Amino acid sequence: MENSITKSKRTKEIDINKPKFTVKEFKRQWILVAISAVYVVYGIIFYYLPLVGWIMAFQNFVYAKGLTGSKWVGLQKFKFLFSDKTFLMVIRNTFAMGVLNLVFSTIVAIIFAILLNEVKNRFFKKSIQTISYLPHFLSWIIVVAIVHDALTSTGIINEILTSLGILKAPYAFLGDPKLFWGIVTFSHLWKETGWNAIIYLAAITSIDPCLYESASIDGAGRFQKMRYVTLPGLRPTIMILLLMNMGNVLNAGFELQYLLGNGLVQNVSRTIDIYILDWALDARNLDYSLGTAAGIFKTVVSMTFIVVSNYIAKKKGDERLF
Amino acid sequence: MADIQGVSYEKIKHKRRMATEDIIFTIFNTIFLVLFAVITLYPVLNTLAYSFNDGNDAVRGHIYLLPRKWSLKSYHEIFFERPGIRVGAKITVLRTILGTITSLAANALLSFILSRKKFLFKSGLSLFWIITMYASGGMIPVLILFRYLHLTSSFWVYIIPGMVSAFNVMVMRTYMAGIPDSLEEAAQLEGAGYMRVFWSIITPLCKPVYATIALFVAVYHWNSWFDAMLYNRFDPQYTTLQYELMKLLDSVSASTGATSGASMTAANANTITPITVRAAATIATMAPIIALYPFLQRYFVTGLTIGGVKE
Repeated sequence: MENSITKSKRTKEIDINKPKFTVKEFKRQWILVAISAVYVVYGIIFYYLPLVGWIMAFQNFVYAKGLTGSKWVGLQKFKFLFSDKTFLMVIRNTFAMGVLNLVFSTIVAIIFAILLNEVKNRFFKKSIQTISYLPHFLSWIIVVAIVHDALTSTGIINEILTSLGILKAPYAFLGDPKLFWGIVTFSHLWKETGWNAIIYLAAITSIDPCLYESASIDGAGRFQKMRYVTLPGLRPTIMILLLMNMGNVLNAGFELQYLLGNGLVQNVSRTIDIYILDWALDARNLDYSLGTAAGIFKTVVSMTFIVVSNYIAKKKGDERLF
Repeated sequence: MADIQGVSYEKIKHKRRMATEDIIFTIFNTIFLVLFAVITLYPVLNTLAYSFNDGNDAVRGHIYLLPRKWSLKSYHEIFFERPGIRVGAKITVLRTILGTITSLAANALLSFILSRKKFLFKSGLSLFWIITMYASGGMIPVLILFRYLHLTSSFWVYIIPGMVSAFNVMVMRTYMAGIPDSLEEAAQLEGAGYMRVFWSIITPLCKPVYATIALFVAVYHWNSWFDAMLYNRFDPQYTTLQYELMKLLDSVSASTGATSGASMTAANANTITPITVRAAATIATMAPIIALYPFLQRYFVTGLTIGGVKE
């Protein structure tokens, strides 16, 4: 007993006292330092040099001339960007789909986790859960192929709706701009609900069982227990996940929209990333500078989101990221 | 006396109401969850049915869980008549194996360094990598950089740039930090250097987290197509399986997209790629993941719970 106390004290001391920088210590861990140096070089090349590339946004960048040879144009690219109706449109689309996705994926995952937790039969519970996160491991290409098949004229959705008499003739769901955001949100739910629920399920199992017992003694029913015990118990997890995902709102808009979008819905389907990609791939209207400027906008907004949501969480006394 | 009886009667009534509430809830909950599983599984099974159906027959639709007219022609076509898919499969397998090994090694070594409590530059190096999780240069600067580095039009663009991932490093570091220091100290007293500690002490103890990260990385490599499109668009010898699948999908959706306004019903008859061929390619692409899924899924879940909840 005594021994363990002194031991824990000793390890704590080492934790608190930072290693002193001495030549001897440096020599002792030279191999760690040497390997870290390699990692730093790697990190600078692949993560930090692209940030240097932001200079391109202030130039009329031509690949053959390079960063030093290209002409400087100041803020001209940004001015063009914010007067470009297409760009304002893609910002709207990105935000709308990002927020829809964040809100619905959180709510549905929580509901799914709570309902699954109420299942008593272990085998049934395990089977449903295993099935539920299978789609997470399929690529977006496959998901889009599935969504596309379900929604075409001969697809299952049209078939059900026509046989029920809701639709008279097969409807072109993927060609309707009004439905596109909904389809995207649903596809996200199909792919990720089971996966997102895992972490909530883990959080539910860590709720103290005594709370449920005392709620039962007080006469709380199943719904009341879900409402007043499970949901509050999930609060910290919900908060931290919302925070983490807030910074990703703008990142959630690429593969699905790119693959599912078509000419008929491009006004609602195109996102910032697709806009950037168009400038990067279009052989005739190639404009790397404009794409870079749009990328800077996206990164800066994302970072602001993270900082602000973190600040709000700190003020409210909840968990925070850093 | 009457009072007490009244109370107990109320109690019984309450209990009975709860019991019926319970049963109704359980029934609805079960129905809901089964429905959820059906929505998840049905599209996959439907695609499977299409892939084994005859191409001309499939255009009529109305195929659900079983093929109407059995045929292996679609599989024959994707395996033997489409060279793009063959090349894609080869590259995908290669990048999945090579990418997973290199990435695991690189992430593990960095995690090891960052989890050494006595390391002199621990906080500095941590910060250096955490920043990379949030500040990204964006698609175009990266593309230009890769062109300068001659990584475009090459196989190595799949392996080298994504080798170290700060997120995976953080997960592994958390795990390694939980291993008692006394083991390392004992080994060092016996004369073991850092590399020896890493290889003979930390690595055997980290097998679960290594498995998880390796699986994440492998799935990432198996499923990626965007890098093939962005960096190797003009180099069919470096195409990937998912990118080939995307091209198949594109040819179908382009044709329906063009006609969907006017006559949707006739659209599927003139598709460039038969729906059965695309279904066969989809099934072949997801087959390895589904085949391994039952054995590996517990590692996926462990990984999420290690990494998701911050220490």
